[in-house]
Amino acid sequence: MSFLSVSGVSKSFGGGQVLRDINIDLEQGEFLVLVGPSGCGKSTLLNIIAGLESATAGDIAIEGRVVNDVHPSKRNIAMVFQSYALYPNMSVAGNITFGLEMHKIPKPERERRLKEIADLLQIAPLLNRKPRQLSGGQRQRVAMGRALVRQPSVFLFDEPLSNLDAKLRVDMRVEIKKLYQKLGATMIYVTHDQVEALTLSTRIAVMNHGVIEQIGAPQDIYDAPANLFVATFIGSPAMNLIDATVVDAGGKLCAETTDAGGACLRLALASADKLRGHLGRRILLGVRPEALTDSRSTMAAGARIETVNNRVSLVEMTGADIFVTTSFGGRDCVARMPADRAPRPGDSVAFALNMDKAVVFDADTSERIA
Amino acid sequence: MNAAADHPIHTGRFALALIYLTLLLFALFYLLPFGIMLVNSVKPLTEITGGNMLALPTVWTLQPWREAWSLAQIGVQPTGLKPYFWNSVKMVVPAVLLSTLLGALNGYVLTKWRFKYDTLVFGLMLFSCFIPFQIVLIPMARILGVTGLAGSTPGLVLVHLVYGLGFTTLYFRNYYQAFPTELVRAAQIDGAGFFGIFRRILLPSSGPIIVVSVIWQFTNIWNDFLFGASFADYDSFPMTVALNNLVQSSTGVKEYNVHFAGAILASLPTLLVYIVAGRYFVRGLIAGSVKG
Ligand SMILES: Nc1ncnc2c1ncn2[C@@H]1O[C@H](COP(=O)(O)OP(=O)(O)OP(=O)(O)O)[C@@H](O)[C@H]1O
Ligand SMILES: [Mg+2]
Repeated sequence: MSFLSVSGVSKSFGGGQVLRDINIDLEQGEFLVLVGPSGCGKSTLLNIIAGLESATAGDIAIEGRVVNDVHPSKRNIAMVFQSYALYPNMSVAGNITFGLEMHKIPKPERERRLKEIADLLQIAPLLNRKPRQLSGGQRQRVAMGRALVRQPSVFLFDEPLSNLDAKLRVDMRVEIKKLYQKLGATMIYVTHDQVEALTLSTRIAVMNHGVIEQIGAPQDIYDAPANLFVATFIGSPAMNLIDATVVDAGGKLCAETTDAGGACLRLALASADKLRGHLGRRILLGVRPEALTDSRSTMAAGARIETVNNRVSLVEMTGADIFVTTSFGGRDCVARMPADRAPRPGDSVAFALNMDKAVVFDADTSERIA
Repeated sequence: MNAAADHPIHTGRFALALIYLTLLLFALFYLLPFGIMLVNSVKPLTEITGGNMLALPTVWTLQPWREAWSLAQIGVQPTGLKPYFWNSVKMVVPAVLLSTLLGALNGYVLTKWRFKYDTLVFGLMLFSCFIPFQIVLIPMARILGVTGLAGSTPGLVLVHLVYGLGFTTLYFRNYYQAFPTELVRAAQIDGAGFFGIFRRILLPSSGPIIVVSVIWQFTNIWNDFLFGASFADYDSFPMTVALNNLVQSSTGVKEYNVHFAGAILASLPTLLVYIVAGRYFVRGLIAGSVKG
């Protein structure tokens, strides 16, 4: 029995279906991040778990109890909203203890828990202020405090950091991670930001058009995306996709494509046995920018490396690394290189392509086949 | 940097003087009738009938005010306007409070507890704002008769409540439309119920629109004549009807100074409400149109 389970949840609003047969099982202490493009139904799913919205079909169970008809306040959950949703007429202290008051927890106990939370989040000096007198980061903390003070079994976050500036966002992200490690609580966290998704989660669910495209550990999602959507959604810069055809070159399976000059290029495929059946078919070869680099960079020993001379069209400096744009199979591809060996646009560079890290998608179905 | 430079529009000294002069003239124009009423309400009657209405009194007297308030013959007894003033108060206070409170509840439900056909319900309520007074007279008389409230202050309260509810609902609905739904959701998760959310979360943030609703309802109900004349009895006539009776009474000479004093007495409460809460009125009317 999992700690929180979402089984077969669908949701339609008047117009159309927003969620389709969503299934998630969470163990206690997991940190699940929901990512996906705007409008894919992340908030709707979170609201259904919270009980703020009812599902058209399916069940939500928390700690083994089906809670479909249980009021949000009795589900033992707490939620942090994107806008923080602090009550404007109440002080910070009032905001944090409102839920306890509604649950008829005696005043001394409320005071004790308030103090505990205020110390934990370092907001003790702000307790008498009104929300409008706080900065964005402070409001965020208060919103967290309001969730924490309830001591719920599940925390729900709906894009809690998206209203903060970049610097603060990184700081708060680290704090949330620390808090999570300290509390060992179960969390579901919605975000647009894939760095947040990859750094915070123990598992990621990638959603699109109301379905879960893939759910898995961040490393799996990153290394082995289930389909083209996940491959291009996660990772920045996005995974390179090289148009190619599976050919048999003297018993060895290769992906046949072209280089920047249009010349034919054959790249030996790693997992050949899975691809036998696709001989002659069109595929997309997925290569992360870090698997395409300067040939002088060291790569894992024993890796299958293809070295290709190719022309550079664009060079972008990012600090530690540079992103070098070249072209394979008629599409732009980005390579990640150490900054000290920056080529210039127009140069021909020897690129090293790590075929062990390359994944293969069926060009027709968009599914990963190897 | 001077203040003028901060202004997006530069106005010359001469233009400014012209603007203020015009404004002053308009203000005078509007204040003149009130000024004349005030001046003549502190004159003995002989000075009015015998002389210039515009002149200041030669003999100052508060007798007309005393007459209007507690001595003038209005009904059968020489009671002055006093009992009718209290009739009005007893009608206005509950009617304003109830219609504002119910309007707020309606707005809350129509925006935060959406139900099937809620826009239709709102549309119908909105429609009620455009129904002229005259049309409701006869059905209302019937209802008051059936319920046994005809000719009483509670009856008038009911009439004004029903008639005003469309307006107050409109105000509060538009105001709460801009109120973040996430706050309501947060309160739901915190365990607040339907009325808990209303009382603890929405109402404390409704100051400006409550002021709008109260002023609007107060002026309308206090100044109403038609409903008062149609549905009230001698012992429940509101101030406006009594004032009319005072002015129209055919016996004896017309005591203009008393009439003026009575008219001012009748308009004082609305004046007071505007002076106390007027600036919130404008603020409340524009609130919601601008986010934040
Ligand atoms: N109350 C509603 N009535 C009708 N449609 C709705 C309602 N709420 C959400 N939707 C629709 O459901 C879809 C999913 O909305 P949702 O808010 O869950 O998206 P989201 O993934 O959270 O997007 P974002 O990342 O922009 O917050 C959208 O197409 C939206 O228009
Ligand atoms: Mg959302």
